[in-house]
Amino acid sequence: MNKDIEVESWRHILQNALTNRSFLLGAIISGAIILMALLSLFWTPYDVTKLVIVNRLKMPSAEFWFGTDHFGRDIFSMVMVGARNSIAVALVAVGIGVIIGVPLGTWAAAKRGFVDEALMRFNDLVFAFPALLSAVIITAIFGPGAINAIIAIGIFNIPVFARLSRGAALSIWPREYIMAARVAGKSRTRITIEHIIPNIANILIVQITIQFSLGILAEAGLSYVGLGTQPPLPSWGRMLFEAQTMMSFAPHMAIFPGLAIVITVLGLNLLGDGLRDALDPRLRRSR
Amino acid sequence: MRSHTKFLAAAVCASAMMLASPSFAAKDTIIIGMALEPTHLDPTAGAAAAIDEVLYANVFEGLTRINRNGEVKPALAESWSVSDDGKTYNFKLRTGVKYHDGTDFNADDVKFAIDRARDKDSTNAQKGLFKAIESVDVVDAATVKITLSTPAGNFLFNMGWGDAVIVAPESAEGNKANPVGTGPYKFAKWNKGSSIELVKNDGYWGNPVAINKAIFRIIPDAAAAVTSLLAGDVDAFPNFPSPEAIPQFQADPRFTVILGSTEGETVLSTNNKKPPFDNVKVRQAIAHAIDRKAIIDGAMFGMGTPIGSHFAPHHPAYVDLVNAYPYDVAKAKSLLAEAGFPDGFKATIKLPPPTYARRGGEIIAASLREIGIDLEIIPVEWAQWIDQVFKKKDYDLSIVSHTEPQDIGIYADPKYYFQYDNAEFQAIIKKLNETVDTKARYALMRDAQKMLSKDAVNGFLFQLAKAGVWSADLEGLWENSPVQANDLTEVHWKK
Repeated sequence: MNKDIEVESWRHILQNALTNRSFLLGAIISGAIILMALLSLFWTPYDVTKLVIVNRLKMPSAEFWFGTDHFGRDIFSMVMVGARNSIAVALVAVGIGVIIGVPLGTWAAAKRGFVDEALMRFNDLVFAFPALLSAVIITAIFGPGAINAIIAIGIFNIPVFARLSRGAALSIWPREYIMAARVAGKSRTRITIEHIIPNIANILIVQITIQFSLGILAEAGLSYVGLGTQPPLPSWGRMLFEAQTMMSFAPHMAIFPGLAIVITVLGLNLLGDGLRDALDPRLRRSR
Repeated sequence: MRSHTKFLAAAVCASAMMLASPSFAAKDTIIIGMALEPTHLDPTAGAAAAIDEVLYANVFEGLTRINRNGEVKPALAESWSVSDDGKTYNFKLRTGVKYHDGTDFNADDVKFAIDRARDKDSTNAQKGLFKAIESVDVVDAATVKITLSTPAGNFLFNMGWGDAVIVAPESAEGNKANPVGTGPYKFAKWNKGSSIELVKNDGYWGNPVAINKAIFRIIPDAAAAVTSLLAGDVDAFPNFPSPEAIPQFQADPRFTVILGSTEGETVLSTNNKKPPFDNVKVRQAIAHAIDRKAIIDGAMFGMGTPIGSHFAPHHPAYVDLVNAYPYDVAKAKSLLAEAGFPDGFKATIKLPPPTYARRGGEIIAASLREIGIDLEIIPVEWAQWIDQVFKKKDYDLSIVSHTEPQDIGIYADPKYYFQYDNAEFQAIIKKLNETVDTKARYALMRDAQKMLSKDAVNGFLFQLAKAGVWSADLEGLWENSPVQANDLTEVHWKK
């Protein structure tokens, strides 16, 4: 019976979401970016690791849709491959945050007492460092590169999810059906897995889309300062860095990767907003 | 009218940035931008060009000095005489010269400084300069006799290097943090990571300088270098790091742009001891795979002259070896196969921060990928480069511009970071050092160039061009870089 309610509510949420304009727009944009990234695995107009210097600094044209950079690489192809790198980094980094943060947060909520206190204070400690700064520290120590960028961004995602899932779980624990489950003799772990996590999933999903867009921004930021994805693989952040001294005569080098970042982050935020509206009944009623 | 617009521009700048614009300062100050910060301030104990670029001829002086045309001129030695066998040099020193800390300069300082530099425990980065010296003797307070074991053709030039400046026993140990010299400028302060300030030395023995205060501002970022010049935050960028922005400054009447030459042979440094780079066929394959035109155009926007060996094209003894290894992918692949790597191999390339290295490295990595050599690009900071690549020789490939003048002799040192050990080459350099006759010297220099090319010791890329950008109101900076220096002795603002 419990299961049925959940299925019903998810169908309901989906219906709400589909009538929500920002969700739709966000889903379309995010979907397009993801498709572009997937397509880049099989096909790009030009090879981004091949430098054809004679083609350098071409303005956008039918031949090179977004123009070429100072090494004669096709910027459209680079934006495509850059999407793949950004998404991969953000996805894994958010994954790290969810996989480690959610169990920590729900465990703290289930145990309370010393465990809760210790975990949350440690959380505060990690949280106290500005996210990008700690990412810079980590990549500076362990060396630049996509893997270290993922770890760095992932680490500052952990407290975000730990804190969120703890707070949400705490609000579920006093509910009657949890009481019933406890009376029935289920362990705290089992209750957490069977009841708490499914009931906080909606909040987590919204947070995932937000963290995902922050992850993309963080990857771009790290690559911009040279600590993220390394050449020859293109990255939106590094494309911006390379473009900055050429802005006066080759603005297309900055405009297209810049737009790619803006549009992707916008799409993900719209998606997150739309999902939150659809998932939060109180907010919906107030509209 | 002109100054009015400038005032307005400055006012807008200042209000926009909430900072006092330095262009308000009276024109007896100069702010010079430089991309790299010196590791310390002792030119006798470091290889970094940035040290000399702040201190040479400004704070420290040697017996001789190199002027803007690369000529040897008297400095602390007023005059000198050379014995007929070329082995004994008598330097007559200037009298009445004082160090910045008030101590007197005399012959004892010269003996101290040169003996210190050539000592076996010395940390001097260019000990080769002093190799020929057998003894330094104080004749009287104003005369020094230097005896050489063999005649040395370049001796007076060598004594003009930044590495051969005369330091005082009282202050030598502290020079890294608080340099004390005899030059027209005194060290004032060093805001680490930001700027180094020099002030006029009123007690200077020579012509007084026109600028009272010189600030060297460290601006590692190429984009910031462009904006700092445009905003008037710096007055001059003698080694401008952003070749792509040159046309913009050339079109702007507020700036003077001088494209000059440097002594900077930009090379793909290769670890000649480390397999597979110890195999000459592998190095030759790399030489054939390098497209110099692509590198000069792609990394430097066309600024730079291709080279085929470690020698400056503007030197009279230069041999054009650019076509010794023409760009030929098929040939490169077959050489690699002959060397036993038909499928190529993996290696790393460590790139220091300058634009030529970072961009050039990407182009070279792409070129070598064509012949199957898969290079992992490792960007390193300058201090890491000095430590890992230069000192510990922990590298496969790197890209660096060797801006020391006439420095082909570094290849004769098997411990130098290329680790090139060829007795035949070492013999040529030994003979060169002992030869005084110009014609014979040039012939030996040509032999040396050809041998480096034959052995493809490094990938020889291009001679670094010097792009200097400074305010159109400023005069007297060097157009070329015969030695690493920002000599301010003749710099002044137009009235």
